[in-house]
Amino acid sequence: MIWGAVIAASVACYGLKLAGLSLPQHWLQEARLQRTIPLIPIALLAALVATQTFSTGQHLVLDVRAAALVVAVIAVILRAPFLVVVAAAAATAALLRLI
Amino acid sequence: MGIAIASGAYAISFGAISTAAGLSLLQTGALSILMFTGASQFAMVGVIGAGGSVWTGAATAALLGSRNALYGLRLSSLLNARGWRRPAASHFVIDETTAMAIARDDPALSRFAFWSTGLALFSLWNLGTLIGALATHVVSNPKLLGLDAAPPAAFLALLAPRLRAREPLAIALAAGVVAIAVLPFVPAGVPLLIVALLVALFGWLRKP
Repeated sequence: MIWGAVIAASVACYGLKLAGLSLPQHWLQEARLQRTIPLIPIALLAALVATQTFSTGQHLVLDVRAAALVVAVIAVILRAPFLVVVAAAAATAALLRLI
Repeated sequence: MGIAIASGAYAISFGAISTAAGLSLLQTGALSILMFTGASQFAMVGVIGAGGSVWTGAATAALLGSRNALYGLRLSSLLNARGWRRPAASHFVIDETTAMAIARDDPALSRFAFWSTGLALFSLWNLGTLIGALATHVVSNPKLLGLDAAPPAAFLALLAPRLRAREPLAIALAAGVVAIAVLPFVPAGVPLLIVALLVALFGWLRKP
């Protein structure tokens, strides 16, 4: 099941890359497509941040992950490197659980 | 070179998060070798780790991969890749290689930047994934290490560079609110697809 999805998603992602290099230029130069596609990662990443911080399954929850997100926001504002942002958030959650 | 080392570090967190989400070592490695586009990989394992369907994860990964088509469009005249080079070059069409290639004025330098960045990233990305996955493999309870708080931080770090203007910031906030609002009523992961649909409609219908 996981394997099927891993292969299907990998093929889809590769297909999108190949399409960019192969399709006639004017297909993708459609102005509305050019404006819309860059918005998708912004919305999806923001939705991922929100849902993975404030929910477990289908339930809204407020737990140590919210504090970890605050730490991550501060790290991002201070322009910390990627791994530092992630490690700081994980460490915050781990420490708060110990208390 | 700096960009490749940074991405190796970024791959370590991917390997760790993927293994903690319940993917096997082989599945984690396969994602880095075959999918090779960071945000999509993080999204896929993030959705699976949060209890969403693997197919919702796959759909989210593909949606995030749509921007690579636009990168390919910008690169196609620069790279002028023909024959066997085109399918090979396609695999390397990601944020970092595009940024390095379009930053050069001379097409030959662009091509060199694209291929060298691509090869360096591909090597370190897979090495980092393996290190992160192996390290997490020996941990019995990922929650003790706070690994459930790692994915949102990773998504935030990927999102931040895209928020340098007012409109993207407003879209990001709206997307977060909508996702939370529909979450109790639909299966895990589906809020992401709803948000993707809404933002696509918004982008398509609004006046330029």
